[in-house]
Amino acid sequence: MKILVPVKRVVDYNVKIRVDKETNAVDLNNIKMSINPFDEIAVEEAIRIKEAGQCDEIVVVSLGPEQSKETIRNALAMGADRGIHVKTDHSPEPLLVAKILEKVCEKEDYDLIILGKQSIDDDCNQTGQMLSALLNRSLGTYASKVEIENDTIIVTREIDGGLQTIKLKKPAVLTTDLRLNEPRYASLPNIMKAKQKTIDELDPSDLGIDMTPKVSTKKVEEPPKRVGGGKVESIQELVDKLKNVSGVI
Amino acid sequence: MSVLVLAEHNNQSLKEATKKALTAALKIFSPAHVVVIGNNCASAANDAATLEGVEKVLLVEDTTYENMLCEPTADLLFELMKSYDYLVSAATTNGKNILPRVAAKLDVSQISEIISVIDNKTFQRPIYAGNAIATVESSTEKNVITVRTTAFETAQVGSSIATIEKIDAGNNPGLSEFIEEKVSSSERPELTSAGIIVSGGRGMQSGDNFKMLESVADKLGAAVGASRAAVDAGFVPNEYQVGQTGKVVAPELYIAVGISGAIQHLAGMKDSKVIVAINKDDEAPIFEVADYGLVADLFDAVPELDKELEKIQK
Repeated sequence: MKILVPVKRVVDYNVKIRVDKETNAVDLNNIKMSINPFDEIAVEEAIRIKEAGQCDEIVVVSLGPEQSKETIRNALAMGADRGIHVKTDHSPEPLLVAKILEKVCEKEDYDLIILGKQSIDDDCNQTGQMLSALLNRSLGTYASKVEIENDTIIVTREIDGGLQTIKLKKPAVLTTDLRLNEPRYASLPNIMKAKQKTIDELDPSDLGIDMTPKVSTKKVEEPPKRVGGGKVESIQELVDKLKNVSGVI
Repeated sequence: MSVLVLAEHNNQSLKEATKKALTAALKIFSPAHVVVIGNNCASAANDAATLEGVEKVLLVEDTTYENMLCEPTADLLFELMKSYDYLVSAATTNGKNILPRVAAKLDVSQISEIISVIDNKTFQRPIYAGNAIATVESSTEKNVITVRTTAFETAQVGSSIATIEKIDAGNNPGLSEFIEEKVSSSERPELTSAGIIVSGGRGMQSGDNFKMLESVADKLGAAVGASRAAVDAGFVPNEYQVGQTGKVVAPELYIAVGISGAIQHLAGMKDSKVIVAINKDDEAPIFEVADYGLVADLFDAVPELDKELEKIQK
């Protein structure tokens, strides 16, 4: 079995971003970038499946600028086998990402594709679902447990009311939720080894996809600031304020 | 122009989330149609038919749709979308699961979690965990949109009742099968529609200690929520999680207990009307968004709060 894991380079989850009023965009200068946390969980899951003897090869693919190679190396250091870098200047919208991934899947066949459920920059939560549609494959989003059986995959999903378990026919597309696993740290020897692993390059223009965006961003603003910081000294004062000032209890 | 709203329901009644998505849909175009897809779900369709602004309800009942499995539901919506320009759903796990699959089949992008409708092609949506708001414009004829329900009012019951049209089920592509659902049953209100929420974080130290919050919640008619840290630590199940990737809530009153206030948690609750924070660390970022912060040990403060509320009740 072969697994494809798409990963995205995003602003690190600990960074509080700032909107640049002049460019009308999020200021990405000198900001720490990392692998999208949900994608890291996807890489970890693929590695665990391989360690269980249920997968022969893990391929990691990333779309983005030259630096996306670092993100791929990151995944290779965790234990993925090789990488594909699709070079783009900007970050295309999820539909276009899904179309590129569809082409990647046409070049080589993958039994399982595991993606993060959403990237923490644009918070779209679409790519995995869209890819499953384009490939006409079964879909298991928000996975918190994955069990591979011969031709099927049992997926437990985090849903609004609790947990749902479904059985998917292979080949399938999965997206990860937070509690699927805890990603490992790459060890120093593995980081060294990852430098020897192959990363192939792909040019989106060779894939025959119309990259014209269907949705354009007109502007980006800071949300209205919440004025907080009020303090109370005691529970009595708190209850009194809630009852008589705010009128919420 | 025409708008179709996908109903969220439990095969019995229509969920509050859909009534909010409907309000957003009506800002795009009024009146709207609602589609109820499920099994033996006529009563949910009846609910939808009473709402102001609903012209017609499409009802599709079949065992295939009992649990709203993604693949057959998306196929059916794709067929229905031949007659509509917009597909709108609340950004529930069902909506987020199904709609992008329909969008890709239609060869359009999805606009996720809109918080306002500027015109029928222009919308606002939060990005970076709500730390920025993007205004986006669609260039396609057909549009697929999910709605952040906290940003819209609940649609009200109207003066007339819409017609309900039964639609034949589509094919089941047979790619997936439902096995089971573990849904916690609680007498308390649902997190996403509760007027008051009491949430606990890592500071709670154990699942057992959440009983203190439940006691407070029950005196206020509140729902109980949690931060990611509390869910990861196994104190409470995943459906309690409030945050960027959990549930986004905006109640009248949000009481955060033992929650430090990571960006990802703030993203899920900072639009609440009144925020209370109880934390012993006076530097905790949660205090920056709190209207009423109390620096105290929660194990003293929460039982005291419980007693005070009991006094009020009497």
